[in-house]
Amino acid sequence: MNQDPAIELVGIDKKFGTVHANKDINLTVAKGTIHGIVGENGAGKSTLMSIIYGFYHADRGEIRVNGKPVTVRDSQAAIEAGIGMVHQHFMLVENFTVLENVMLGAEGGALLAKGIASARAELKRLEDEYGLVIDPDAMIEQLPVGLQQRVEILKAMYRGAEILILDEPTGVLTPAEADHLFRILKVLRDQGKTVILITHKLREIMAITDTVSVMRRGEMVATLRTAETTVEELAELMVGRRVLLRVQKGEASPGDIVLSVRNLSVRDNRGVTMVDNVSFDVRAGEIVGIAGVAGNGQSELLEAIAGIRKPTSGEIVLDGKTVDQTDPAGLREMGLAHIPEDRHHMGLVLKFEEYENSVLGYHRSPAYSKGPLLDLEAIRKDATEKIEKYDIRPPNPRLKTANFSGGNQQKIVVAREIERDPKMLIIGQPTRGVDIGAIEFIHRRIIEMRDAGKAILLVSVELDEIRSLSDRILVMFAGHVVGEKTRDADEQTLGLMMAGIAA
Amino acid sequence: MSAASVQLPNWITYGLMPILNLTLAFVISGLLIWLIGESPINALVLLLRGALGNGEGVGFTLFYATSFIFTGLSVAVAFHAGLFNIGSEGQAYLGGLGCALVALALDQYVPWYVTAPFAVVGSAIFGAAWALIPAWLQAKRGSHIVITTIMFNFIGAALMVYLLVNVLIVPRMMAPETRIFLDGGRLPRLDWLMAMFGLRLGPAPFNVSFLIALVMCFLVWLLIWRSKLGYEMRTLGASPSAAVYAGVRYVRTVVVSMLISGGLAGMMALNPVLGSAARLQVEFVGGAGFVGIAVSLMGRNHPFGILLASLLFGILYQGGNALSFDMPGISHEMVLVIQGLVILFAGALEYMFRPALVRIYQNLARR
Ligand SMILES: Nc1ncnc2c1ncn2[C@@H]1O[C@H](COP(=O)(O)OP(=O)(O)OP(=O)(O)O)[C@@H](O)[C@H]1O
Ligand SMILES: [Mg+2]
Repeated sequence: MNQDPAIELVGIDKKFGTVHANKDINLTVAKGTIHGIVGENGAGKSTLMSIIYGFYHADRGEIRVNGKPVTVRDSQAAIEAGIGMVHQHFMLVENFTVLENVMLGAEGGALLAKGIASARAELKRLEDEYGLVIDPDAMIEQLPVGLQQRVEILKAMYRGAEILILDEPTGVLTPAEADHLFRILKVLRDQGKTVILITHKLREIMAITDTVSVMRRGEMVATLRTAETTVEELAELMVGRRVLLRVQKGEASPGDIVLSVRNLSVRDNRGVTMVDNVSFDVRAGEIVGIAGVAGNGQSELLEAIAGIRKPTSGEIVLDGKTVDQTDPAGLREMGLAHIPEDRHHMGLVLKFEEYENSVLGYHRSPAYSKGPLLDLEAIRKDATEKIEKYDIRPPNPRLKTANFSGGNQQKIVVAREIERDPKMLIIGQPTRGVDIGAIEFIHRRIIEMRDAGKAILLVSVELDEIRSLSDRILVMFAGHVVGEKTRDADEQTLGLMMAGIAA
Repeated sequence: MSAASVQLPNWITYGLMPILNLTLAFVISGLLIWLIGESPINALVLLLRGALGNGEGVGFTLFYATSFIFTGLSVAVAFHAGLFNIGSEGQAYLGGLGCALVALALDQYVPWYVTAPFAVVGSAIFGAAWALIPAWLQAKRGSHIVITTIMFNFIGAALMVYLLVNVLIVPRMMAPETRIFLDGGRLPRLDWLMAMFGLRLGPAPFNVSFLIALVMCFLVWLLIWRSKLGYEMRTLGASPSAAVYAGVRYVRTVVVSMLISGGLAGMMALNPVLGSAARLQVEFVGGAGFVGIAVSLMGRNHPFGILLASLLFGILYQGGNALSFDMPGISHEMVLVIQGLVILFAGALEYMFRPALVRIYQNLARR
């Protein structure tokens, strides 16, 4: 391993108003290594990376690339310094091809033809060298997320990145896609590139990084060799206390049927049948998990139950009543709460202040209104209580939601839906982007809900999460429920079922 | 997280940026005036003196501003729900029909303050009705509201000319206009208000509509930031998918927002029709609907900002008139160019300085 530093951060400091996001950060990442960064939600990881990439400017401090100080005024300057970044939310033009996206902004010359030819050759070279296999003429919108992410990596490599930053790259990937990503990252490292990887999944840190840094409340609290540490140690460093990586729970005592899905079929926006004749029940006091590789109809199933997507056939019975499948507000009144899979798309209005999002969907409830007006006092008081209970940081209900860190945004949604004390809770990816401490807390809340006699339907692509929470597991593949298992089912069996191989 | 999403302090976004834009508009206007051989400084002095120099000037300025407040609020309300209502012009025109019919029906029997509430409602209903079809087409069929409202401006103009020429015209008169309303169908002028500031209104038609406009500013603020409906409108405007999730009913919200927007535009007619001309004439709106777009943009879709922006445009209108009157070198068209520049810089290019300001601000914040 080469020990020259690829990038050095010296005394980086950044404040947003009263929030001290980065406190005097020092960090050295050696060339040709994969360096992990972990830390709680809001610890300042994304902020630090944004500073390196020129999105934000540090209030103080210095960035050195290959030993030389650089001023990264904007992302253009970062690219010139050889720094590339793969964002958690991709920045691709959906109806452009891979090639066009890679070239965008680096077309070279007024006429395209020459640029296209050389870009094609360069893509070929990157493919051979790093195993970044992709069809350059494929349309982005037709690619699965894993490949879209590969395009983001290609974009960075095409621009000559020597240092590649990935901010929570595996949040949206299936386990197989994540494995593939890691293989690519290892090849990049072996070719002498430097990779900085942010993730909340400590297993990934252990599997792929050479060194790892822990951030806590804006500070860099430790930098360790991965080989010399453990998941438990990292978890404790992050949170400052011992964390239960798997929440304990007792036996379920299922009661009456609360949700009954009968012969349900649902199409997606393109008109493709994604859920095909699915039936199942969820009883009070049990957690039913739906396992499956992303894209096998789970999202559409959840949306149909939540009243957001109209099924093509079949019926949904909630609490003994057949429900109107186009009325999310009515469903909420019947006691259905919904934590959507994608918080940016559905669960939150990013432009709103935190307290406004804390009642999204429940804003018509008498508790939050006075006649036609909103009862702001009640809403803010309520928001403040949830912030305290769920440790949402910073604890400021008047902050714009977009300015919360990803994990804290997720907590805003979870708090809102769970604290309504619903009869039936449907959950999609409850802990996406959430740190381990918060996962423990959210899992605990979900189990408490179960024990209080609520019916819970859980969809997650994290098999671990499904297995540790569910009382019964349904496996979805290609729009069908291909089997049901108890929670003791082993990972391998489930994995095979998810791949559509065994029933 | 590019420059666009870096948060600047409010005093920069709402104070410095508009001032810079305005300054630039004035500098370029000054350059033009200098090019045609007149003195820019003189022109500015004349403009300001014409708009603010005496009671009459102020009266006219406030009269124009009143119209812009209504149309600015109209554009802003739709905008909060994610709808770009270009049809305030036509909705205001139809609103004129609404309040004129009320005035014609009541002015012989009751005093103005009895007519006024009916006139407000009449103008709002007619303006709202003219927004209903585009709203419905948008909500139900996805026909783009920008296109349909523009078309409805033309249809509205044709309809009004037809009605004025063939139906509402006073028999045996040449001008396509209604009879003149009696006092019971007029909104009185606000001499007393001006007198409180020691100004004499003179012939300026500054009238009670201004007070109605202020009330509307407050009501719009209440609607957008304090009501459940406003919350749903803002949700829809900011994130249509989150609105679906939250159970905001799309059709209902789009239609109601456009009705309110159209109603506000319709009320603009009170000012020229009942407050000034005391009759319904062709083309009385005179572009105020379009100015409303610039006013709303410049006022950041906030009633208070709209109030300030309306005053600014009132000054430009009245001052511009005075300028073309006092400075022979400057034609009416030149004044239009200046107004256009202000609209361009303050409205369309409002974020032009943003990236530079972000950079300067961040560099200063480093210290
Ligand atoms: N533009 C902003 N304005 C105000 N505060 C901000 C802004 N961006 C980030 N913050 C605050 O800075 C802190 C650090 O946020 P950051 O996004 O870096 O956290 P993170 O470590 O990436 O967390 P997560 O794991 O949840 O993504 C948070 O408290 C956040 O609310
Ligand atoms: Mg982050």
